[in-house]
Amino acid sequence: MSGTWMTTRAWLLMAPLLAVMIAVIGWPLVDTVALSFTDAKLVGTGGNFVGLENYTKMLSSGNFQRTLVTTAWFAIISVAAEMVLGVLAALLLNQEFRGRTVLRALMILPWALPTVVNATLWRLIYNPEYGALNAALTQIGLLDSYRSWLGEPGSALTALIVADCWKNFPLVALIALAALQAVPREITSASLVDGAGPISRFRFVILPYLAGPLMVALVLRTIEAFKVFDIIWVMTRGGPANSTRTLSILVYQEAFSFQRAGSGASLALIVTLLVTVLAVAYAALVRKTAGSAA
Amino acid sequence: MERKSLAFSVFVHLAALLLAAVILAPLVWLFVMSISPAADLSAKPLRWWPQSADFSRYQLLLSTVANSAGAAFTASLRNSLAVASMATVAAIALAIPAGWAVSRAPALNWSLSLVIATYMLPPVALAVPLYMGLSYLGLLNNVFGLALVYLTILAPFTTWLMKSGFDTIPREIEAAAMIDGASLWQTLRILTLPLAAPVVATSALFAFLLAWDEFFYALLFTSDQRAKTLTVAIADLAGGRVSDYGLIATAGVLAALPPVLIGFLMQRALISGLTSGGVKG
Amino acid sequence: MSNSITRALIGAALLSASFAHHAFAETTLNALFMAQAAYSEADVRAMTDAFTKANPDIKVNLEFVPYEGLHDKTVLAQGSGGGYDVVLFDVIWPAEYASNNVLVDISSRVTDEMKKGVLPGAWTTVQYDGKYYGMPWILDTKYLFYNKEILEKAGITAPPKTWDELAEQAKVIKDKGLLQTPIAWSWAQAEAAICDYTTLVSAYGGEFLKDGKPAFQSDGGLDALNYMVTSYKSGLTNPNSKEFLEEDVRKVFENGEAAFALNWTYMYNLANSGKDSKVTGKVGVVPAPGVAGKSEVSAVNGSMGLGVTSVSKHPDEAWKYIVHMTSQDTQNQYAKLSLPIWASSYEDPAVTQGQEELIGAAKLGLAAMYPRPTTPKYQELSTALQQAIQEALLGQASPEEALQSAAENSGL
Repeated sequence: MSGTWMTTRAWLLMAPLLAVMIAVIGWPLVDTVALSFTDAKLVGTGGNFVGLENYTKMLSSGNFQRTLVTTAWFAIISVAAEMVLGVLAALLLNQEFRGRTVLRALMILPWALPTVVNATLWRLIYNPEYGALNAALTQIGLLDSYRSWLGEPGSALTALIVADCWKNFPLVALIALAALQAVPREITSASLVDGAGPISRFRFVILPYLAGPLMVALVLRTIEAFKVFDIIWVMTRGGPANSTRTLSILVYQEAFSFQRAGSGASLALIVTLLVTVLAVAYAALVRKTAGSAA
Repeated sequence: MERKSLAFSVFVHLAALLLAAVILAPLVWLFVMSISPAADLSAKPLRWWPQSADFSRYQLLLSTVANSAGAAFTASLRNSLAVASMATVAAIALAIPAGWAVSRAPALNWSLSLVIATYMLPPVALAVPLYMGLSYLGLLNNVFGLALVYLTILAPFTTWLMKSGFDTIPREIEAAAMIDGASLWQTLRILTLPLAAPVVATSALFAFLLAWDEFFYALLFTSDQRAKTLTVAIADLAGGRVSDYGLIATAGVLAALPPVLIGFLMQRALISGLTSGGVKG
Repeated sequence: MSNSITRALIGAALLSASFAHHAFAETTLNALFMAQAAYSEADVRAMTDAFTKANPDIKVNLEFVPYEGLHDKTVLAQGSGGGYDVVLFDVIWPAEYASNNVLVDISSRVTDEMKKGVLPGAWTTVQYDGKYYGMPWILDTKYLFYNKEILEKAGITAPPKTWDELAEQAKVIKDKGLLQTPIAWSWAQAEAAICDYTTLVSAYGGEFLKDGKPAFQSDGGLDALNYMVTSYKSGLTNPNSKEFLEEDVRKVFENGEAAFALNWTYMYNLANSGKDSKVTGKVGVVPAPGVAGKSEVSAVNGSMGLGVTSVSKHPDEAWKYIVHMTSQDTQNQYAKLSLPIWASSYEDPAVTQGQEELIGAAKLGLAAMYPRPTTPKYQELSTALQQAIQEALLGQASPEEALQSAAENSGL
C-alpha cells in the first residue's frame, strides 16, 4: 500500500484525538501563558498587561523558594525510597516461597486505593490523640508519650512521604518484578558458577535488565511527585507553618483562594518549566541507560 | 534451580511476612475502624479489635432517604461512576483509531510524543483557563464537563497503551486481508480489533481507575451533589465536622472497594499493562 | 396512517409540554452550608424540611463543606451558571464578596421589624460600607469551657477571670498530676487559630489595623501571641493544639483530657449532654477571660450570615428561604448548638431552659465581641497571620519577628 495514502488515512484517524487535545490542553495552556502576563482576577473582567512582573515577583518571593525546596525534597526522598523498597520487594517476590502468588496479588491493593482515601487513612493513623501509630508505638514501648506527627515541621513531611511511599512502592515492585522475570535463568546460574557474590551478581547481572523499566518508573514517579497535590491537601493543607506546602498547593492558593489568576498562571508555568527540564534531563538519561544496557 | 540454604529460606519467609504485614496493616485497620464503635476509636489505650462489629455506618452512608447524609454520599458515588465511565468510553473511542494510526504510520510518532508529553503538565497549569472555559460553556458543576476535562489525563495514557498493543499485532495480517478485498474499516473491525480486545480492556481499566482517583479538577469544578465526586466527598468528610473516625473510614472503604476489586480480579491484565511500556523501555 | 402518527406525536409533545410546565413552576434552590461548629448538619436539614413543607413549590438542595472549603467553594461557584443561590458566609468575607460582586445587596429587603429585633452586634456580621449583604444566622464567639470535676479535684473554686489566672489554675492542675497538659486550643494552620488569637488580642486591647496598615505586630497584638507561645512552651497547653481544629478540641475535652478549652457555643450541649461525651454534666462555660487593667472579658466575633449570590436566578425564593432559616421561630427551636440572633429570645424560657450557664456567658461574651479586620484582602492577611502564629509556636521565629513578617506579607 502506498505510503502517502497510508499517512493521510492515519492522520484522519489521529484527528479526533488531536482535536480534543487541542481543545482541552492546547488552548488552556496558551491561555495560561497569556494570563501570566496580566493582573487578571479569577472572576470578572480580564486584567491589564503587566509584562514580566508576575514572574519576577514570584521568582523573588521567599514563599516560592521555600516551597520549591519543600517540593524537591518531597519528590527526591519519596521517589528514592519507592525505588529502593520496590526493587527489594521485587527481589523478594522473585524468590520461591509459599504464598508467593497471594503476596504478589496483595501488592496491587495500595496502588488501587484512591489517593484521597490513602491520605485520609494515614491522617487517621497519625492522629496525635487517637491515632493508631501513637497507640502502637507506645504499646510496644518504642515511644513513651504520644507525638504530633503531622504537627511538627520536623516530622510532617516525613510522615507524608511515608504515606506516599506506602501507596507507590508496590507499583515499582511490580514493574521491577516483571523485568526480573525476563532475566534468563542461565545467566544467573552461570554467574553463580563463576563465583560472583550476591551483591556483584545484582550489580552486574541483574541490574542491567532492570535499568530500562526502572528508569521509566523513575521518570513517571518523579513527575508525579513534583506535581503532588491531593495527599498534601487532605493531610496537612501545607501546614504546620507551611512546612509541607508544595508548588501545586501554592498555585492553588494564589489562583483560587486569593483569586489572582494572573500571578497564579505565571507560577503554574514556572512549575511546568521545572517539570519539563527535569523530564528532558531524565529522558536523556533513559536513552543513555538503554544504550548501555543493550 | 539452585539449592538454597535453610537460613536463606527462613529469611525469605520472614521478609515475605513483613512485606505482607506492611501492605495489609493499614488496609485492615481502615476496615476495622469502619466497624468499631466510636468509643473504641477514642479509647486510651486504643482498642484494636471491636467487641462487637457495628455495620450501621454502612447503612447510614448508603441510605437514599431524600435530604440526608446518605443521599449526599450515594449521589457522589453515582457521579463518580458516571464521570469515570463517560471519560473512559470517550478516551477509548479516541485512543483506538489514534493508537492504530501511530502504530501503522511511524511518520505520526512525533504527534503521539507530543500528546504523551502533556503528561508532564501539572493540572494547575491548565486549571484557570479550563475553569473559565467550562464556566463560559455552562459546564461547571456538571458531570459532562468534568468527564471532558478528565480526557486531559486519560486520552494520552490510553492512546499510548493502545499503540503498544497494536504494535504486537503483525501488520502482515491486515495487509493480507486487504489484498483479499476487505476495506480498511472492515479489516480493523473484523480482524484487528478482536485481536486487540485484551489491550482495549486493559486500557479501559486503567482509564477508569485514573478517573475514579482524580481529585484536583473535581475539587475545583464541582460544587454540589449534581456533580461532586467521591474523592471530594471524602475529603469534605475528613475535613469537616465528623468526629466519628469510623464514618470517615467507612466512606474510605466504600470508595476503595470498586478500584480494589478491579485491581484484585484483573491484576494479570493490569500488571501486563503497567509493565508492557516499562519492559520495552 | 401517517396522519394519526403525527397527531399522536403532537399530542404527546403537548402532554409532555404541560408536564414540563408544571415541573418548571417548581423552583430549586441550591444552598451551601458548612459541616463544622454551630448548627449540625441534621439541624440544617430539619430546618430546611420545615421550609419545603411550608413551600411545596420550592425544593432546596443542601451542600455541606468543611469551613476550610466554604470561601473557595463560594468563589469558584460564581463562574458556574447554576451555582449556589444561598451561601453561608463568615463575618470576615462581606468586604471581599461585596467588592467582587459575589453577594447581592439586600438592604431594601431588610424590614424595620428585623432591624429592631435582631441584636446590633449580629448586624455587623453582614454589613459592609453601610449596606446589608445578608441576614445574620449564627451569632457566635469563643467561650472558655472548663471541666468542673477536674477543677474541683484541684481545689479551684471559681473559673479564671483573667488569662494569667487561667495559666495559674492550669499549673495547679498540672502540678497535682490531674492532667499533663490542661488547656486545649485550635491552633492548626487555619482560620481557627486566628479566632483564638483575636480573642487574646481583644483581651490585651490590641488592634489589627490602624489606618488600613497592619498594627498587630506591636502592643496588644504582640502580647496576645506572646501569651500563646508562653502557654505552649510552659507545657500547660496541649502541644497537639498546633494541629487541632475545633472538632479536635471538642473530642479531647469530651474525653476528659482537657480542663480548659476555648471553643464555640456548639460544644456546650454536645459535651454536657451529648451521647459520645464522657464529661456530661461536668461542663462549665464562662466568657473568655480578660486582662487585669485592660478588659473584663474577651471575645471574637465569629458570627456568620446567609446571603443571596449575584448569580442566583431565584433571588426572591432564596430570600424567602433565608428569612425562614433566620426567623425567631426557627432559631428558638434549634437553640442548642447555636444561639439566636434575636434579642428577645434570650428572655424566652424555651430557649434558656437547661442552658442558663451558657446564656449567662453569652450575655457577657456577645457584648464584648471583637471583629477581625475588615478588608477585601482578608484571606491573604489571615494566611500570613496563620503562618506567623505557627512559626512562633514552633520556635522558628520570635513572636516579634513572626508578626513583623506577617505584616509585610499581608498584602496591605
